[in-house]
Amino acid sequence: MSKLGDLGAKLYRGEVGYDFVGKRKIWYGISILITITAIVGLAVRGLNMGIEFEGGAVFNTPKTSVSVAKAEEVAEETSGHDALVQKLGNDTLRIQIAGVDTAKSDHIKVELAKELDMKADDINADLVGPSWGEQIANKAWQGLAIFMILVVIYLAIAFEWRMALAALIALIHDITITVGVYALVGFEVTPGTVIGLLTILGYSLYDTVVVFDSLKEQSKDLAKQTRFTYSEVANRSINSTLVRSINTTVVALLPVAGLLFIGGGFLGAGMLNDISLSLFVGLAAGAYSSIFIATPLVADFKETEPQMKALKKRVLAKRRAAAAKGESAETPVSADESPQDAEPDEDSAPAVVGPRSGPRAQPTRNRGRGRPSGKRR
Amino acid sequence: MDRENEKVAAPKKGRRQAAQGKPGRTLVLIMIALVALTGGMFLSGHTTPRLGIDLAGGTSITLEAKNEPGQKNAINKTNMNTAVDIINNRVNGLGVSEAEVQTQGDRNIIVNIPKGTNAKQAREQVGTTAQLYFRPVLAQQPSTGPAEKPKPKPSSSDKGDKDTEGDKGDKGDKGDKPKESEKPQDEATSPSGTPTTQGRSVTDGLKDEPTPTGTPTGDAKDNAAKDDADKGKGVKAPTPPDPTADLQDRFTKLDCTDEKARLKVKEGVKATDPVVACGKSGDGKGWDKFILGPSEVNGKEVDDAKAVYDTQGAAGWKVTMEFSGKGTKQFGDITGKLASKQPPQNEFGIVMDGEVVSAPYVKQALTTGQAEISGSFSQDEAKDLANILSYGALPLTFKEQSVQTVSAALGGEQLRAGLIAGAIGLALVIVYMVAYYRGLALIAIASLGVSAALTYTIMTLLGPTIKFALNLPAVCGAIVAIGITADSFIVYFERIRDEVREGRTLRPAVERAWPRARRTILVSDFVSFLAAAVLFVVTVGKVQGFAFTLGLTTLLDVVVVFFFTKPLMTIMARKKFFAGGGKWSGLDPKRLGAKPPLRRSRAAATAAPVDSTPKEA
Repeated sequence: MSKLGDLGAKLYRGEVGYDFVGKRKIWYGISILITITAIVGLAVRGLNMGIEFEGGAVFNTPKTSVSVAKAEEVAEETSGHDALVQKLGNDTLRIQIAGVDTAKSDHIKVELAKELDMKADDINADLVGPSWGEQIANKAWQGLAIFMILVVIYLAIAFEWRMALAALIALIHDITITVGVYALVGFEVTPGTVIGLLTILGYSLYDTVVVFDSLKEQSKDLAKQTRFTYSEVANRSINSTLVRSINTTVVALLPVAGLLFIGGGFLGAGMLNDISLSLFVGLAAGAYSSIFIATPLVADFKETEPQMKALKKRVLAKRRAAAAKGESAETPVSADESPQDAEPDEDSAPAVVGPRSGPRAQPTRNRGRGRPSGKRR
Repeated sequence: MDRENEKVAAPKKGRRQAAQGKPGRTLVLIMIALVALTGGMFLSGHTTPRLGIDLAGGTSITLEAKNEPGQKNAINKTNMNTAVDIINNRVNGLGVSEAEVQTQGDRNIIVNIPKGTNAKQAREQVGTTAQLYFRPVLAQQPSTGPAEKPKPKPSSSDKGDKDTEGDKGDKGDKGDKPKESEKPQDEATSPSGTPTTQGRSVTDGLKDEPTPTGTPTGDAKDNAAKDDADKGKGVKAPTPPDPTADLQDRFTKLDCTDEKARLKVKEGVKATDPVVACGKSGDGKGWDKFILGPSEVNGKEVDDAKAVYDTQGAAGWKVTMEFSGKGTKQFGDITGKLASKQPPQNEFGIVMDGEVVSAPYVKQALTTGQAEISGSFSQDEAKDLANILSYGALPLTFKEQSVQTVSAALGGEQLRAGLIAGAIGLALVIVYMVAYYRGLALIAIASLGVSAALTYTIMTLLGPTIKFALNLPAVCGAIVAIGITADSFIVYFERIRDEVREGRTLRPAVERAWPRARRTILVSDFVSFLAAAVLFVVTVGKVQGFAFTLGLTTLLDVVVVFFFTKPLMTIMARKKFFAGGGKWSGLDPKRLGAKPPLRRSRAAATAAPVDSTPKEA
């Protein structure tokens, strides 16, 4: 762990780091690929909607001693769909099965009767409507739309519209992937799934905002210096919050992973699968998109700004000049001169391990120029 | 020196400095809050949260649509779906009770209500059709029993009495009150028969009715005064209504004290015809009967209804309604027309499901689109009525077919397996935190514990108060909340460690890191809270329940970080274990690869202390 802690320190100082922004094209590509897969999966396989949305058949059994769990198992086997079984007050069972029409329900009725050891005629079959009616769905969409608009406005005010746009794209990216995974895995979509999706919606934005907050802070005085382009600063800000991002993701994912893999996989708590899968995929996608998609997108948007273009030109010109002067050491230095106290260029030099000779010398070099206080901001 | 640093660290945030100065006090405060909540929980007798129907089972009500005479094809898919939506709104009035409503077959609706809900109340809410009409009153009489014959003439003395009472402002107000309690009994039973007079007295009782808007007192007085004026007129020219003979006949024969007769009178009524109807008199015991004109305003035009306690008019609980645009116009028209008439024809009956719930009189056209219903409502009755009115009338009449208990849809074993899995996940979180943050993990785990305790007690307390029911999605939402809550600590810890890496000692680092961490936490939590608030306001049913959980956990996150984690951190920073940067504190400067303060390094220049050889081990 202490290695990790040390890595944190180096990330903080920018001595090591991954060039997220520089290699963004690769990650954009990967994301587009995943998104396309998700959309294709969605188009081809469609979503397997649960009984709560589509209705289905309901079977009311006569008085029986068959347990709920057993009945559920039998019902799922005979129908091939998820079943919802409830025991009523008078010891009868109410079995609801999604995606069953009248013709199929007769067949299931016979099968159920056979398996549960009762007369088929005693089982009362009927069709049920959705409990998650259109109204609930419509209001949910409406709420979602209002929220999206408000959050974009809020982000545009608290940060800027480019960030708002990037956050929105990242959000759509996360939701598409999660829904696509549902189509591909074939799990039934239940209200739990929808709630899971909404949770992700909140989380994805939350995570993006944390990363953006750091970006905003680091790019505050960008125009006043000529060392770094916006992209480089963006990259640095991702790296400096990387430890936080990793830790938060691990902490958020562990309990959900417990539910999904241990609960659903080993202990047979299948009913948790619908919600924990959407949470797991969504949380992972949310954490990924904040770093690999949202921030590089902001950098892309920003670099089209004339001011930032000019800055980039100045920075490059200065670097060229420096290189020409042979002062190659100049470029990758000096923690203390700018808000960003180290730069991507240095990545290759001091590796993760090994004593750092550079820093030792640094104070000396620093002394001559820059802020006397040596304070970082 | 530390002090100074603190000031430097948070120059703008003067107000927080107090909190920094007295971290102990804040901690004590939140502990008191926690103890109070826990105490409240035990006092209330509910020590576990109310569970949703998927986790605990509940009651299942099956309703069957009844064919109304005259509307043969009313039972169709559209109407059934509309009914489901309306019933859903009613039973989920507060949005967090997690009841489920669905159709079964062609003409049944199943309503599942979680355990611990007041099933009787729910059944009333579910079964009430809530066809609401505003009809002008053509005639009105008490109906006290079979023996009682409507007396043809008003006893003017009674009238006089009434009036005098009405005269005195306060008295007038009181006039309302008695309506609800015993007084009205008098009125009703001492049937000074004429439709006219009778109507009058009842009206007095109902005074609060369509007051144009809020100010009940003034209105009540006005009304009383108005009364007088009217009174005189009324005496002179009672102008008895002229309903058709048949109607008059039915009216005369109607005995509202007979339940069967009451049911019968409700049958087959059409909004467009004049009708006879019954209504409870003020005390809720006696009955009045009415002849009512065709409906002038339909209850569909009620946009919103609220239960309000009338403190000024002393009328007790009443229901205020707001009309839609169309309803406002209609209501303005009818009140304009009625205002010019004499009692009781200046009254209109508010008729719900064939019964007159209130018969206020009108003294002027009311164009603000607001109306009130008063009656002998208890708080619950008023709230239920408001709830029902808000969501409109059912397009069909339903009969309760069966009421049964249902078991949880999720097997107990499965649930246990799920909980075990969740616990394993949590244990892993703790292991990870300890491994990475060492001593700091103690603070994180304590904070998570406080957060969990607060969430649990508040959810438990909300069960009986607002019918909050915890269902499986909510449990999962709470699990994700662990991540969001832990993130706040992680953001803060990382900031502190960054400050330590800058070479600061712990106490200034803790204070300096806080403003920045705080901003991040607030900005990001705001997004979560915005999502929760919007979804809670706009949506219905399960989504609303989820939004509530999300909002609650987000708020608690902020509360815990501000009032627990931060003060605890401040106190811990004074302890030797953390301040000394012990190996296990999670804040060991060497381990973090801290630089010594640059000043020193400059002074000692190449002597290059500690930090240049960070320990990799």
